[in-house]
Amino acid sequence: MSQPKSLFEKVWDAHTVRDLPGGRTQLLIGTHLIHEVTSPQAFGMLRDANLPVRMPERTFATVDHIVPTHSLVEPWEDPLADEMVQHLRRNTEEHGIRLFDVTSGLQGIVHMVGPEQGITQPGTTIACGDSHTSTHGAFGAIAFGIGTSQVRDVLATQTLVMNELKVRRIEVNGELRPGVYAKDVILHIIRTLGAKGGIGYAYEYAGDVFDRMSMEERMTVCNMSIEGGARCGYVNPDETTFAYLEGRPYVPKGAAWDAAVERWRALASDPGCHYDDVVVIDAADIAPTVTWGINPGQGISIKETIPDPAAASDEAERASIEDALAHMKLQAGAPIEGTKVDVAFFGSCTNARLSDFLEAAKVLEGRKVAPGVEAIAVPGSQLVKAECEKRGIDKIFIDAGFEWRGAGCSMCLAMNPDKLVGDQLCASSSNRNFKGRQGSATGRTVLMSPVMVMAAAVTGRVSDARDVFGTPQEVVA
Amino acid sequence: MSLPPIKTVRGTAVVIPGDDIDTDRIIPARFLKCVTFDALGPQLFYDERYHEDGSSKGHPLDAPGAENATILVSGHNFGSGSSREHAPQSIHKAGFRGLIAGSFAEIFFGNATTLGMPCVTLASEDLGVLQAMLQRAPETEVEIDVENREVRAGGQVFPAMLPDGAQGALTDGRWDPLADLLEGVEDASRLAHDLGYLPAEGPS
Repeated sequence: MSQPKSLFEKVWDAHTVRDLPGGRTQLLIGTHLIHEVTSPQAFGMLRDANLPVRMPERTFATVDHIVPTHSLVEPWEDPLADEMVQHLRRNTEEHGIRLFDVTSGLQGIVHMVGPEQGITQPGTTIACGDSHTSTHGAFGAIAFGIGTSQVRDVLATQTLVMNELKVRRIEVNGELRPGVYAKDVILHIIRTLGAKGGIGYAYEYAGDVFDRMSMEERMTVCNMSIEGGARCGYVNPDETTFAYLEGRPYVPKGAAWDAAVERWRALASDPGCHYDDVVVIDAADIAPTVTWGINPGQGISIKETIPDPAAASDEAERASIEDALAHMKLQAGAPIEGTKVDVAFFGSCTNARLSDFLEAAKVLEGRKVAPGVEAIAVPGSQLVKAECEKRGIDKIFIDAGFEWRGAGCSMCLAMNPDKLVGDQLCASSSNRNFKGRQGSATGRTVLMSPVMVMAAAVTGRVSDARDVFGTPQEVVA
Repeated sequence: MSLPPIKTVRGTAVVIPGDDIDTDRIIPARFLKCVTFDALGPQLFYDERYHEDGSSKGHPLDAPGAENATILVSGHNFGSGSSREHAPQSIHKAGFRGLIAGSFAEIFFGNATTLGMPCVTLASEDLGVLQAMLQRAPETEVEIDVENREVRAGGQVFPAMLPDGAQGALTDGRWDPLADLLEGVEDASRLAHDLGYLPAEGPS
């Protein structure tokens, strides 16, 4: 047998077009995903350089960032948003690129559309002008976010200049405690390794917990790899992966499907392959986790108290805690539990899939959003929205006092009309708690799992869902 | 397409203290609603610089003399978060030509390099010395020597780190990689066929 290799090395080597000076690689991008915010400038650059799109059939487009979630009647209220979607339509039509538009019934956040359509496949390289492209790593793809000049590069050549990454294996072994979700796992990992701990690495998620996770849970974890500084994260493909993909529109059929599965099976990291680092975490140490600060590494268990700058290990950390507490208007040493919440946001490419809605609906059913809390539920795609409505899940949210919206990125980054106002504090199932992230410079974000967002919505406080709803009997991996 | 080699960047500097300065802070998402990058620049660090009524918060970018600075100095994990190229574009359009930090988030680093803006890192201790020096004497001239991987300021020389690939690309005038990539497109097409990406299958 040849030298054992990690999945990362196998995919990287297979997609290397040629080596460039300085240790850089020209890497083939198998699948390119584009959206309305980071692509129009790239099409403009292409036009300026008088270049065609090299492989239009390997590029797929949707609209997500700026889509209004309350009404799709055109023209949209925001003329700039309207202009951006018109540009995307024109560019995709001109270059023969498949667009999953708002009228298709298949539109959604780009990181939901790829998997739903079976465009996201194991062993491929996927690039998109969005940092949460790491989501697609859940399928055993090497998937990463790129800037707009790189979107131009992929359009023009279907390749990118890249430096090879190191690989860190993160094993989470044992059983998660009841009431602990995939979101808690990744918030715990980022808290443990730090928001910059992953710079220069691809994260390989492995061990009992990831083996048992559904594809949707794996997507939640891989999605936030970038929040830990890792450009991409992946899970080795297995039977769960193949079962999810089988029968989706863009996967091979018949004998070609069997051959693909055979090929995909061989992609998993070989036993004994080299890792640049290995981190082992005990699943039992992971609690429902929430953030208290202004980067996703600033997280604590719901039962912990807010860090004290006086206890910081160095000057930089002290300054960072002070800055975060000043923005969040939180007290050092106080419990995070009980913090008053103004807005509950359930959505984003991290947690707006069908399983998220089923899990959240289970605890929300028959309950009411606390007075004074604005609560919005935003399915990540039109398919998820339709399926929720078919199952009557929308009624549970509407009866509880949530607004039931259309698919898009919404208040995760507030490029559409969904925004925090003033210093509102938002319990959010999204991925970033940066200053100003949710549309108000003084707005405050506390990241948590969807079930914890439900607990915050019904109590009006940052709460332990296990106390509010009772500890679930069934353990969700 | 020949580009000028970038061997040194020299000028005064602005220090934006702190770690984990994310791209939402560098340019808030509401300013991303544009179909070209042409009008970027004034929005740089907007919410950190201005109150809601437009009055100044006294940000380092608005200190006297800062308008002429060409080098931006910050802490660790600069440019984290969103992949938006609008962030380095607005830094570049505001007149900056090089960055010095403790570390850079990778997507930001790549985006900035492609614009011909070197991003070099210093050891934490050296970065502290440089920041303190610049806060004491903001008029100090700073030089990023890309070729020799050094930062020089106030008579001191700090060893700087810059990966070989980026260094070579900058000093050889190949920092925008499109020309290099175009040379490899035939090979890329062959590989795309070998790997089964082409011919692409439609949906069923």
